[in-house]
Amino acid sequence: MTVEQVFREEHGRAVAVLVRVFGDVDVAEEAVQDAFAEAVRRWPVSGPPPSPAGWIITTARNKAIDRLRREAVRDGKQVQAALVGDVEPVEEGVVRDERLRLIFTCCHPALAPQARVALTLRLLGGLTTAEISRAFLVPEKTMAQRLVRAKGKIRDARIPYRVPEKEDLPERLSGVLAVIYLVFNQGYGGRDELAAEAVRLGRALAELMPDEPEVLGLLALMLLIESRRPARMVDGELVLLGDQDRGLWDRALVAEGQALVRRCLRMNRPGPYQIQAAVNAVHSDAARAADTRWDQILKLYDQLMVVAPTPVAALNRAVAVAEVEGAGAALAIVDELDLPGYYLFHAIRADLLRRLGRVGDAAAAYDRAIETVENEAELAFLKRRRSRLP
Amino acid sequence: MMLYALNMIQPVGEKPPPEALEKVMAELGVIRRDLEAQEAWVFGRPLHGPEASTVVRCRGDEIVAMDGPWTEGKEFIGGLMIIQVRDLDAALQVAARYAKATGLPLEVRPFQGGSD
Repeated sequence: MTVEQVFREEHGRAVAVLVRVFGDVDVAEEAVQDAFAEAVRRWPVSGPPPSPAGWIITTARNKAIDRLRREAVRDGKQVQAALVGDVEPVEEGVVRDERLRLIFTCCHPALAPQARVALTLRLLGGLTTAEISRAFLVPEKTMAQRLVRAKGKIRDARIPYRVPEKEDLPERLSGVLAVIYLVFNQGYGGRDELAAEAVRLGRALAELMPDEPEVLGLLALMLLIESRRPARMVDGELVLLGDQDRGLWDRALVAEGQALVRRCLRMNRPGPYQIQAAVNAVHSDAARAADTRWDQILKLYDQLMVVAPTPVAALNRAVAVAEVEGAGAALAIVDELDLPGYYLFHAIRADLLRRLGRVGDAAAAYDRAIETVENEAELAFLKRRRSRLP
Repeated sequence: MMLYALNMIQPVGEKPPPEALEKVMAELGVIRRDLEAQEAWVFGRPLHGPEASTVVRCRGDEIVAMDGPWTEGKEFIGGLMIIQVRDLDAALQVAARYAKATGLPLEVRPFQGGSD
């Protein structure tokens, strides 16, 4: 294993263990960075140690102790310097997985939503501040300040470092899932590394909470959407699900996602992510777009409207209604929705109007969609669609 | 343990009728007794409204006292509680009880140097 691979796989775990040992995010982060720097120097010469993760954690712990002791001596705090030595040892090899606690800290509702995403990517994903700021199109300085502020609040307000108690768990967990799905959707528009990171976090969470069906549901949803990435862009142009070359889909991801959906069904505790994953599993089942079981998809959206009746869910349901009952019935539903700032609302409406032969109205709706869309590829797609109206 | 201030944010204007207030006060009494039993209670009192406020400030060498609140706003701090609990989650749980009892939002703020 190269240092880079170990970094990708183990950064979150190492930071999480160190946060528990030292109770301070900054100390943990710096120590883990120091340890990886040491690994970069040493491993190419001496070869990687038998347990790279254990080595990183032990090295980071020692680096942190050295640093804290130096600082304490410098500040004349002899007693504290002596105490630093009593930090509980970390056994190399068997490292308890502390990531779960850290995820709940990073996604705490007392932090601003943007800060939750940034902290999760920074501490668990090991992304640099520069990488995160690029992904979210904000200046690096802004992102750095956001991270410093969030870490300051964790310390000063003492945001706890633990898995929430049972009564708070469902709500807090849904906050964690929302952060991961947001990262994934940020990656959907072409920033592949974010989608990959979200899947990685989703896998870690599924490993840590295998009995939470929504955790598995989110992972399944991401895997099934991710499986279509190779078919989604052709020559830099966005291709809709119905027009995609299904031979390009990643069958391994499809199989993994579908297996997870089946596992969720057996658990029989449906939730919004599981249902959306099931919708995607139905799409993945169809060898050709024409074979899609829209009746099943409509049933799933009916179920989604019971457990999580949001306007966006209603909009997606309308797409299924268009296939089962026709564009007229779908348009009647869409026109009842209040989503003026959401480009997909206008894009779907435009397509329904086009199918109903209302070309002028369709053009106007495409214009609204073009005004509200943010992603470049989607913008180009909508312009193309509009120019093809008769 | 950590010290947190819970500031009760009250809108300027209408006061609830006495019978509603009585129910709220009874509820607040229950919360206080629970907190005392858990040794989480430090201090807490409702405040008079901003009409009872006086601002004292320095003008050069002179000290001036003036009628009125520091800023005119749509909201004011209607009361504050200081609690001692282990972390923010515990403080948020207490604040949730107050919010439920009063229907008012609360600001939860940690004191500096409040941990040991």
